[in-house]
Amino acid sequence: MSHAQNQWIGFGDSEHTGERPVVDAHRLGLWFFLATVVMLFAGFTSAILVRRTSADWQAIPLLPLLRWNTLVLLASSVTFERVRTLARRSQRKQVRTWLAVTALLGVLFLAGQIGAWEQYRVLGLFLSSNPHSSFFYILSGVHGAHLAGGLLGLGYLLARPGRVGAVNLCATYWHFLGGLWLYLLVMLFVV
Amino acid sequence: MLQATEAPVAHEPTSFLRRYIFSTDHKVIGIQYLLTAAFMGIVAGLLAMLIRAQLAWPEANWSWLERLFPEGMSGGVMKPEFYLSLITMHGTLMVFFVISFALLGGFGNFLIPLQIGARDMAFPFLNMLSYWTAVPASLIMLASFFVEGGAAAAGWTSYPPLSAVPQAVPGSQWGQTLWILGMALFIVSFTMGGLNYVVTVLNLRAKGMTMMRLPVTIWTLFIASILGLLAFPPLTAAAILLLFDRHFGSSFYLPAGMFYGNKLLEHSGGTPLLWQHLFWFLGHPEVYVLLLPALGIVMDILPVFTRKPIFGHRMTLYSLGAIALLSMIVWGHHMYVSGMSPYVGEFFAIGTMAITLPSAIIGMNLIASLWGGAIRFRTPMLFAIGTISLFGIGGLGGIFLGNATSDIQLHDTYFVVGHFHYMIGGVTLFGMFAGLYYWYPKMFGRMLSERLGKVHFWLTMIGFNTVFLTQHFLGLGGMPRRYYAFTKYEFMQPYVHLNVPVTLAAFLLGAAQLLFLFNFFWSRFRGPVAEKNPWEATTLEWGAPSPPPHGNWGERAPVVHRWPYDYGVPGTIQDFTPQTVAANPTQQAR
Ligand code: HEM
Ligand SMILES: [Cu+2]
Repeated sequence: MSHAQNQWIGFGDSEHTGERPVVDAHRLGLWFFLATVVMLFAGFTSAILVRRTSADWQAIPLLPLLRWNTLVLLASSVTFERVRTLARRSQRKQVRTWLAVTALLGVLFLAGQIGAWEQYRVLGLFLSSNPHSSFFYILSGVHGAHLAGGLLGLGYLLARPGRVGAVNLCATYWHFLGGLWLYLLVMLFVV
Repeated sequence: MLQATEAPVAHEPTSFLRRYIFSTDHKVIGIQYLLTAAFMGIVAGLLAMLIRAQLAWPEANWSWLERLFPEGMSGGVMKPEFYLSLITMHGTLMVFFVISFALLGGFGNFLIPLQIGARDMAFPFLNMLSYWTAVPASLIMLASFFVEGGAAAAGWTSYPPLSAVPQAVPGSQWGQTLWILGMALFIVSFTMGGLNYVVTVLNLRAKGMTMMRLPVTIWTLFIASILGLLAFPPLTAAAILLLFDRHFGSSFYLPAGMFYGNKLLEHSGGTPLLWQHLFWFLGHPEVYVLLLPALGIVMDILPVFTRKPIFGHRMTLYSLGAIALLSMIVWGHHMYVSGMSPYVGEFFAIGTMAITLPSAIIGMNLIASLWGGAIRFRTPMLFAIGTISLFGIGGLGGIFLGNATSDIQLHDTYFVVGHFHYMIGGVTLFGMFAGLYYWYPKMFGRMLSERLGKVHFWLTMIGFNTVFLTQHFLGLGGMPRRYYAFTKYEFMQPYVHLNVPVTLAAFLLGAAQLLFLFNFFWSRFRGPVAEKNPWEATTLEWGAPSPPPHGNWGERAPVVHRWPYDYGVPGTIQDFTPQTVAANPTQQAR
């Protein structure tokens, strides 16, 4: 542990606590918030594990559309990284452009998810059809709601592209949601 | 970012609205939470009086109550389904909307910045949002009494199928849906508050305020916030699934083959046990979320009124950490009779026994902190000592419940009701009162009346123990909880009459709180003006004016040089040394 970290955690008798926290408050707050989201989905996960063992669990197929959606979401993470690099170099105009691209990909993902709901509906797989479909609708919905929150953040950044700190925070959240979606896919369709 | 020590003195908002209603000042928000908790406490307490009246005089006629609850009390006689709504809402309101509001929302907001030497919370706006989410959550809960079918009736634990099948009981219609919405908003509000507390404690401590120099109160609030942040989300997940079972035809909790009337319900394959696991994964940590801050407050009040350091400071902190960790893996002790494998039961029993160890260490440290002190028996101290005694009795009951073997007999009896009221009702209530009597001068700049305070303490103590100790014995006799009336049970006839003195004592307990309410408002205007540091205490908040101004510290934020428990340090003139006093060469700072 570095000296600086030591001061932040503050055990020992350093006279400097409170002067220079190593992790800035907003980032720290975001981490704790993400921990609560992890616990939320841990709750859902244990529900899946329990419910999956019962006889009426009938696996629903993985739609090709979901693969495309996943690609779109991953692409948006890549473009967000581009935003971060540009923001660090204070190239505001380009930051705006790539932010817009990222947001567009985010919207496309959400639209794709709704499209997936529609395709399942056409296949006769409704929310109440069987536990697997119930979980799919609910978990993709909860994930989508979190992503919509991220889109609000992107909107804020579009208005204030100069805020590097905010860009970084939003990027962390966005990547987290990308990872979360991959996890959900694996939980629901692979293992 | 500006640091706490260098922050310019913030400008105080001048409009009434920004200053007292939509304030971002942590002190105002803390007091808002306390007042809200008091209001919800009065409501929840009155519900308890109705429950007790029914238990003592089952099916008696209370015609004047019909006007307030035309459905539930139609003809003046309490309906069984209304009784279920009463116990459900009493528990829900007390746990989440009274104790959580008061201890975390109230004391958490008021004390954290003041005791760590900050000017406000890390995210003041989020803090305001937290309170203004808590208000609609409370209103939704209260409103649920007046919708069709009445308030939720599946217990504060909301076990399905009762909570999942809207036809199962009238309260399971709109009442249960509102319960879920109210809880969801509560959790959102708690999350916003909890994030603030955790980040503030980590990042905004004054110069010199190391983690080891934090008052134990702050440690307990910090740990409780982390516990709550991690434990509430699984309940959110559970509640979302419950909502879908109720309204959208999914079957997470509902098995096949359930009939309503002679109609088969269309659910299949679910299991109610899933809810129990998810609920208690939150439920057990939640009881510690409430307990720990109460113990922290007591731990910080003891040295002030014994004029000596607390005993076993480090050991207490380690034990708090151990309790927090262990509390996440003992939830199964609420489910011994759910048909779980005896091996799993044994795991939970061992975990539960393990958690009694750090609990006992804290209890012993509290008692040892009294040893050899020059005790000043002021009202905060009386309540602090009362808290310790209730913690001991409640913990003793917990040992019987924690062993699966004895719990199979005791589960769902009044023994459990007695146990958890000592803990979640007694320790937290007494700790809260100890804190209120102690910090009232800092909050409002006036002293509470000592004489009224002492009467309040003794009546509360007598009323409380009469009610809840007796309930232990009723439970040993086999009296089940949540039953509407016991007139038809022959095995209970020898002792069912004990419910009458219990109810009378409960009325006394309730009435005694009026003394406090009166004292609270009367002293606000008529109490003697408080000095800066009326109790001769060492922690930072007593260095600020009473009440502290916006921004707390004027021009210069405090700088900390020692731990919070320097009482009776040899070679000093006063018998206490505030945390801001620099170490002199003859003594070692801690
Ligand atoms: C010595 C430590 C403790 C042990 C061993 C213990 C054990 C237990 C057990 C086994 C039960 C379940 C009984 C049953 O339903 O059959 C229980 C219930 C309960 N305990 Fe504790 N407990 C302890 C401390 C606490 C503390 C510190 C609190 C709160 C501040 C608390 C609050 C509760 C509540 C609220 C319930 C009942 C919930 C309900 O069923 O409605 N307990 N306890
Ligand atoms: Cu428990």
